[in-house]
Amino acid sequence: MSTTAAALAVPPRSAAARPRHLPFWLGAAVLGAGLFLALRLVGNEYGYYAGYFILQYVVLASAWNILGGYAGYVNFGAAGFMATGAYTAIVLRKATGLDLLPGILAAAAVAGLLGLGTGYLTLRLRGVYFSIATLCLAVVLHTLVVNWDYVGGSRGAYIVRPREVPPFTSYGEYLFVVMLVLAILTVGIARAVQHSRIGRGLQAIRDNERAAEAVGVPTLRLKLVAATLCGALMGVAGAPLPYYSGYLNPDAAFSLSYAVNAIAMPLIGGAGTWAGPVIGAVLLGALQQAATVTISSALNLWIVGWMLVVFVALAPRGILGWFQGRR
Amino acid sequence: MSGGGTGAEPVLLRAEGVGKRFGGFVALQGVDVTLRPGERLGLIGPNGSGKSTFVNCVSGDFAQHDGTVTLAGQALDGLKPHRRARLGLARTFQLPQPFGSLSVLENVRVPVLFSANAGSATARAMECLEVVELAGKAGKLPRELTQVEQRRLELARAVALDPRLLIADEAMAGLSHAEVDQILALLRRLNAAGTAVIMIEHIMRAVTEFSERLVVFVAGRKVADGPPRDVLAMPEVESAYLGKQ
Amino acid sequence: MHPDLVLLLNGVVSGLLLGGLYAIAASGLAISFGMLDIVNIAHPALMVASAFAVVAVGTWLGLDPLLVAVLLAPLFYVLGTGIYAAYHHFFERRGDEALQGLAFFFGIMFIVEVGLVMAFGPEQRFLDPPYAFVTWRLGEIDVPLRMLVPLLLAAVVVGSLLLWLRSSFTGLAIAAVAQDAEALRLMAVDPVRVKRLAFGISVALGAVAGGALVVVQPVEPTSGQIFIGRVFAICIMGGMGSLPGCVAAALLFGVVENVTASFAGPSWSPAVAFGWLLLVLAVRPQGLFGRTA
Repeated sequence: MSTTAAALAVPPRSAAARPRHLPFWLGAAVLGAGLFLALRLVGNEYGYYAGYFILQYVVLASAWNILGGYAGYVNFGAAGFMATGAYTAIVLRKATGLDLLPGILAAAAVAGLLGLGTGYLTLRLRGVYFSIATLCLAVVLHTLVVNWDYVGGSRGAYIVRPREVPPFTSYGEYLFVVMLVLAILTVGIARAVQHSRIGRGLQAIRDNERAAEAVGVPTLRLKLVAATLCGALMGVAGAPLPYYSGYLNPDAAFSLSYAVNAIAMPLIGGAGTWAGPVIGAVLLGALQQAATVTISSALNLWIVGWMLVVFVALAPRGILGWFQGRR
Repeated sequence: MSGGGTGAEPVLLRAEGVGKRFGGFVALQGVDVTLRPGERLGLIGPNGSGKSTFVNCVSGDFAQHDGTVTLAGQALDGLKPHRRARLGLARTFQLPQPFGSLSVLENVRVPVLFSANAGSATARAMECLEVVELAGKAGKLPRELTQVEQRRLELARAVALDPRLLIADEAMAGLSHAEVDQILALLRRLNAAGTAVIMIEHIMRAVTEFSERLVVFVAGRKVADGPPRDVLAMPEVESAYLGKQ
Repeated sequence: MHPDLVLLLNGVVSGLLLGGLYAIAASGLAISFGMLDIVNIAHPALMVASAFAVVAVGTWLGLDPLLVAVLLAPLFYVLGTGIYAAYHHFFERRGDEALQGLAFFFGIMFIVEVGLVMAFGPEQRFLDPPYAFVTWRLGEIDVPLRMLVPLLLAAVVVGSLLLWLRSSFTGLAIAAVAQDAEALRLMAVDPVRVKRLAFGISVALGAVAGGALVVVQPVEPTSGQIFIGRVFAICIMGGMGSLPGCVAAALLFGVVENVTASFAGPSWSPAVAFGWLLLVLAVRPQGLFGRTA
């Protein structure tokens, strides 16, 4: 087996260059700081709420994409995982008095375990069984919570938010910054996974799982890693939710909005890369925020449903894929 | 890596009593096959005789089967295909199974990334592409390759595992005479470097030219095992192939 | 008789009756998922849509809900063929069934459910046929007619469907298309046309199930959600493409779910479905009557 230096000069598409991490983190930090300062300047509390709303979807969509876009395994129970995060935060607060940040860690742990468990039970089988199981799981979790008096059942639970959190000007600003950091971390994790050998393995699994297994890719292990990560991050997206409104009930936690957006945003933005879910979340999130003032929330969601169907049919690679295809 | 010398000859692959049934249908029964390191074994038989079933039992695609399979003394029972790949067992598929959205180079990088390879995955992948003479198409997508090139890609991925044993499952099906020669030359090169090869084929000329030994399956059983000349002269084998090329 | 025993017996009987409803609901999926390998998670949502249509039309015309369901079934058949045509054109042809195709059906389920909320509001709707409040008593056993009639309907519908699948050319083609589309093509039968027909039938079956649902209980837009777990669990346990298996699994499931509800409370039904699904997948994914993959 000879090596030829000349043969190493390959066309750009195949060049598996080492991804440079520093530019991403620097860029993300700069962007985040810029966003924060801009909102500070505007000084309107609503800006923080709108920003939180969109950033939570960035986290949710990026999380979903790690298993859905990279590996091709569809998680229909995003609402269940999100609610798991939210309710874990509530339980932690009620049981120990620990606040938002420990709540986020706890949410990651619990939701991650849930993802691992569901995956362990179903990922040995065809992908559709995993998907069906996640769909049922969401319904079961909803039933569980509704019947659980400790967290208020269907009446819901209240959380008293502190009036202010120095050095932030308001609690809303604090939540926004927390979600901003979570979003940057999540997207960073998604990007790191994509460029790592785990990401390559997941891609191989998505393209041809049997062949991946035959060439040495530990398919089950990678799928379980992705399912755990996906679950944990979706839980993280939900953890600040009770603090956002000071109140949480099952209908809000298990909202259909999370169920459909977790899937629509990555697919419309472009599944398979870390950037697609961000694009989908920002675009769709902004659209929905803008629309809430003019149309009913049901109609809003209905439109998202249609957008999902239309995009998936006409632009299966999403917005990002559409642009790449025109090169 | 080749065996030799007096006394017990080293055995690379030992399949004993391998059998597989699907519901009431017996696809394979009581099959014993041994392979020495570096040996070239041809596996032939009519369609439905159990050749692919046998391959799938050895590769681990069928987790449950009768009998045992050992590779270089290590029992493979219960090991998933990817573990067997790491132990040096490579197989190609009847229909090429590339990773469709990855480039040719990336296709070969995947096995390298998950192997014990210490150096640059790209460099090693390019080496493997060199061996199959696909280096020039490193940036292309699998669907842009011709059929024979796709089969070479399959072999490149197998090479990336640095295999002790390569099972080539109808690697030449549907190819032209010249293309068959291409693949044959490639397999000979791999064998010369120390890889044992089990070739499953219907193309008689290829399998007889290539193999040191020929094994024949008929209706799920092994009916012959020996040098090609002798095996092909057997009346059972002739009748099994009556009407075939 | 001991009161717990009576409770158990009644639980078993009404579970069997409920199984009739589940049998019709799952039989459509046995065709689309079991035979055609199309993961139509929108099936329960379409069933609920039919239920709402049955309530609306039945109230307006003053007709029995089951009758209305049967009358509406052809419309749903057409809808089913349309959905399949889109699915085939955009996803099957491209090989995108796994991710995009699945998302497509999720989108449809979503559109139907939210559409129902927008059109009818979230409240429960009902349409009671005249026999809805009649209950036959056999000793200690109650047999409410509102549950017996759907069971009888299930027997008729699934029975005739089974007969048709096994004896008619088109029926046999449907059974064959999943296994060997190529062979069908060689017989000058278009596999796509056969699948379109079969999928249309599966949705029509869902429509009839919607009518049965109305008879059994009031419906609301989210009623479909709990049925997803049920029908998939039943379909998988019944061995995917096997209709008799599906019926047997449905009856068994109905009993288990109902007995659990009698003793532990009805709100735990989703958990029963989920647990059942996981159990089947873990122990015997090919179902009671299916063959090994």
